[in-house]
Amino acid sequence: MLETEVVVSASPHIRQGVTTERIMWMVVISLLPAVFASITFFGGRALLIILCSVFSAVLTEAAVEILLKRPVTVKDGSAAVTGLLLALTLPPTVPLILPVLGAAFAIAIGKQIFGGLGFNPLNPALIGRAFLLASWPDLMTTWKWPAASLTWLESQADAVAGATVLGLIKEGTTVQLPFLQMFLGNMSGSLGETSALALLVGGLFLLAYQIIDWRIPVGYLGTVILMALLVGENPLLQLLAGGLILGAFFMATDYVTTPVTPKGRLIFGIGCGLLTMLIRKYGGFPEGVGYSILLMNVATPLLDRWTIPKRFGEVKANG
Amino acid sequence: MRFRTFKKGVYLPGNKERTASLPVEVLPLPRQVVLPLRQHIGAPAEPVVAVGDEVLTGQKIAEAKGKVSLPLHASISGKVVAIEPRPHVSGELVPAIVIESDGTERMAPELHAPPRLEELSAEQLKELMQEAGLAGMGGAAFPTHVKYDPPPGKKIEYILLNGAECEPYLTCDHRLMVERADDIILGLMAMLKAGQATKGLIGVEVNKPDALAALEKAATGLPIEVLPLKVKYPQGEEKMLIYAATGRVVPAGALPIEVGVVVNNVATAAAFGEYLRTGKPLISRLVTVTGAGIKSPKNLEVRLGTLLEDVLNYCGGFTDAPGRIILGGPMTGPAQYRLDLPVMKGTSGIVVQTRAEVEKPDYGPCIRCGKCVDVCPYNALPNYFGLYAEHDRLAEVEKYGIFDCRECGSCTYVCPSRRPLLQLIKDAKRKIMASRKTG
Repeated sequence: MLETEVVVSASPHIRQGVTTERIMWMVVISLLPAVFASITFFGGRALLIILCSVFSAVLTEAAVEILLKRPVTVKDGSAAVTGLLLALTLPPTVPLILPVLGAAFAIAIGKQIFGGLGFNPLNPALIGRAFLLASWPDLMTTWKWPAASLTWLESQADAVAGATVLGLIKEGTTVQLPFLQMFLGNMSGSLGETSALALLVGGLFLLAYQIIDWRIPVGYLGTVILMALLVGENPLLQLLAGGLILGAFFMATDYVTTPVTPKGRLIFGIGCGLLTMLIRKYGGFPEGVGYSILLMNVATPLLDRWTIPKRFGEVKANG
Repeated sequence: MRFRTFKKGVYLPGNKERTASLPVEVLPLPRQVVLPLRQHIGAPAEPVVAVGDEVLTGQKIAEAKGKVSLPLHASISGKVVAIEPRPHVSGELVPAIVIESDGTERMAPELHAPPRLEELSAEQLKELMQEAGLAGMGGAAFPTHVKYDPPPGKKIEYILLNGAECEPYLTCDHRLMVERADDIILGLMAMLKAGQATKGLIGVEVNKPDALAALEKAATGLPIEVLPLKVKYPQGEEKMLIYAATGRVVPAGALPIEVGVVVNNVATAAAFGEYLRTGKPLISRLVTVTGAGIKSPKNLEVRLGTLLEDVLNYCGGFTDAPGRIILGGPMTGPAQYRLDLPVMKGTSGIVVQTRAEVEKPDYGPCIRCGKCVDVCPYNALPNYFGLYAEHDRLAEVEKYGIFDCRECGSCTYVCPSRRPLLQLIKDAKRKIMASRKTG
C-alpha cells in the first residue's frame, strides 16, 4: 500500500516552463534598450520618470488588491510592464507627479476596476496616457530636443525647437531630418518612442522568443507604409517619427486587449495602421498611435468572434 | 528532411532516454492477479468460473457479453479466490476475478495456434480477434473486432498501425517494434485480411530509427508501408495520425472508417500476431515503468491483473517519496493514489514523478496570450472553452466546438497561467452530456 501522500490531479501532468510571470519580465527586458536610449537622449530625468511610473503602478496594484481583498499579484510583473510602457509614452519634461498619477489611473481605472489582469478591455498604459493628455494637455505636449541633436537642429527653422517631428508635419513645416539620427532616436518625442533602433532590438527579441505574434506589428507597420504612399506622405518619416514602433511592437501586442485568433490579430494590426494614418493625416492631433490602439481594443471581442478559425474536421451544424 | 505530420501541436521533452534502449524484461509471475471484468469499452465480460475453481493460464474465465464486449482469460494458473468489486483505474470499484497463483505455470490445454492465415476467412479472423480478447492497447481499450465491421456503404482501404508513441516517457511500443516486429507484421497482415483492406500503414515517429528499420525489414515484399513521422505531440492521436499518414481529414464526431481507415495500436497487432502464431490470448502486455521517481526504470512484460505495487517493487520501488503516480503517459494518463490497481489491457506505462516535479495546482486568469490557440491541433480556441466552462456557460462552449476537442492536453501544457483547460473542457462535456440525457 502507498504509505505517503501523492498528488492526484487532472492530466496533463507536465507543463511548459513559460509562465505569465516570465513573459511579463521578458517584456520588461525587451524594453530595456528603449530605457537606455531615453536616458542617453534625455538624461537622468528620464530614469526618474520611469521609476515614478513603475513604482506607482506596482503600488497601486497592490493597494487596490489589498483594498478589494484580492490576492496581491504584483509579482506577475504585469503592473510593472504597464508602468514602464506608460512612462515611455511621456514627454521628457513632465513634472514627476504626472507619471505617478497616470500610472495609478492606468492600474486602478484601466485594469483593476475590471477585475485585474486578463479582464481589462483597454490597454491600461494607454488609458493612463489618455487620462494625462486630457487632464494636462499643455504639460503633455511640451517637447524637448535632446542636447545632442542641437548641432544638426540649428539648420532648421526656429519653430522646430518646441515641437515633435509629427507636430511639424501637421503644421505643414518642411522638415529635413537625417534619417540616421531619427533611427537612433536623436530627436524630440516621448521618452521611449524616439529610438527606433532600441525598440526594434526589443521587438525582435519578443518575436524571437515567440512572446508576440508577428501578425500585429507586420499588419500595423505594413498598413502605415501603404497608407503613407497612398496619401503622399514619406513612409520612412511616418515610421520613424512618433510612437508607431513603440505602439506596434509593445502596445498593440498586449495580450489581454487584442484578439487571440491569428486572423483577428492581422486585422487588428491593419486596423491600427489605418486609424493611425487617418488621425495623423486628417485628424486634429499630430499623432494617433495611442487612440488607434485603444479604438481597436474596443473591437477586439468582435474581431475574435468574427474570425473563429475553421476547426480540423469541422462539420457545419444542421439548420 | 521533412517528415509526415499534422498541423500545430507541441514539441515535448521526450524523457524516453531512461528506458528507450532497455530490452523488455519479463516480470516474474505475480502471486496474485486481479482481472476486472471491465477492461475495455463496452459491456463487461461475464464470469464463467466460480470462487474456488482451479484455472490454467490462458483459460477463458469470463465470456464476452454481446458484440461490443470481450472475453477475459486467466493470466496465471491457480485458484479463483474472489469475484468481487475491486479498485479500478477509473476510481470506481469494478467487479473483478481474483486469482491466486499456484506458483507454477500450467498452460490451458486448449491453447493451440489457429489454422494458418491463408486458411482463415475474414469472418473467422474477426471472431478470433474477439476470442483472443483484443482491445486497443494504446489506452482507449476499444474492442478491436468491432472496428472491422464497417457500416453499410463503407469500405476499409487502409489499416493504419499507430506506432507513434508520442506520449513522453513511454517506450514500450518502441521496444515492441524493435523486438517483436514479426508479430506486428503478422498481426497486420491478418488485420488486412479481416478488414478486406488493400494496404497496411505503420506510422512511427522518427525518434525510433531502430523501430522503423525493424518494421521495414519485417514488412519487405508485403503490401505494407512504414511511415516515418515527425516527432510532435499529439502525433499518435487517431485523427492526427490519419491526417499525417493519408492526408485525410476525419470529420468531427465521425469514426476513421468515414475516410476508409481503421487504426490499431502496434501492440494490438502484435498481440493478434502472437495469438495467431501460438494460440495464446491477450494475457500480458508491455508496460514502461519510468520517471525520476522510479529507482530502476524498465520496459516490462507484465501479466494482466498484476498489481501496480508488484510491478513497482520489481523496479526497485520509489527513489524517494513519490510526487505523482501516472498510469499511462503524462499528457493523458490519469494520476492514481493507490497501488492495489491492476495492470489492464490499456495500461501502457507507470510514470512516477518526484515531489519536486509536481507543480502546485495554482492557476491564474486567462491573459489571452493565444498560446493554446497556436498549438491546438483541432484549430479550436481552447481559451474560450476554459473561460466559458468556468462559468458553466455550456451553450457557448458547445458553439465553440468543444466536442471537436480530442483531449490531447496541448493547450494546458503551454498555458502560462497554468489554467486547467483540459479539466474544464472534460467537465463541461460531461455536464452537457448529462443535460442532454435528462433534457
